[in-house]
Amino acid sequence: MKVCVQAQDFDAGAEMRALQRDPKVGAVASFVGVVREVAMTLEHYPGMTERALQKIVEEARGRWQVLDCTVIHRVGALEPTDQIVLVAVASAHRGDAFAACEFIMDYLKTQAPFWKKEAAGWVEARETDDKAAERWK
Amino acid sequence: MKVKVLYFAALREQLGTPGEDIELPSGVATVAALRAHLVSRGGTWRSALAEAKLVRAAVNQDMAKPSAAIKAGDEVAFFPPVTGG
Repeated sequence: MKVCVQAQDFDAGAEMRALQRDPKVGAVASFVGVVREVAMTLEHYPGMTERALQKIVEEARGRWQVLDCTVIHRVGALEPTDQIVLVAVASAHRGDAFAACEFIMDYLKTQAPFWKKEAAGWVEARETDDKAAERWK
Repeated sequence: MKVKVLYFAALREQLGTPGEDIELPSGVATVAALRAHLVSRGGTWRSALAEAKLVRAAVNQDMAKPSAAIKAGDEVAFFPPVTGG
């Protein structure tokens, strides 16, 4: 399991290939979040952010068969079309990989301490994100 | 007792500080009580942390409810609802 909070970009393909090395892996599901339309700066809570992401990954492992998993979230200044986040989950079968990947993203959106700031100001949290996280309860 | 308090994002900007060490009066032993203590400073503290505002908290880097207990040496953080991903 790999959790990274970093300023630099990531290579989603390389990260996904790294999850395929175990011959027990039959499915890798992934999500890449991208900066849409306007530049932003991402702030986080060093220490807690990594800890929160680890906890979310552990929770996913308790619910689905997850053989390996990579979560990378960028911080700092990002431009439109830049990658923000990667969640990639390796499982024996696609059902577990899809579900765990979506769960991790939904929980990350509401539980991991990141904050986006655009030129117009701080981005407001969205109720739809809370609803998305709640359906896993 | 002394605790370390941190502020993030919009809250850090409104309060003009990333954090502080605070000596708490006796009786202030929960996240909600600490928040009320900060609100009692008035001015921007009152407007930024007032009850009507959506403010989340963490104790020792775990998300915490208003009723969560705090003890000497804890790291308590206040911040707006998160917007990552």
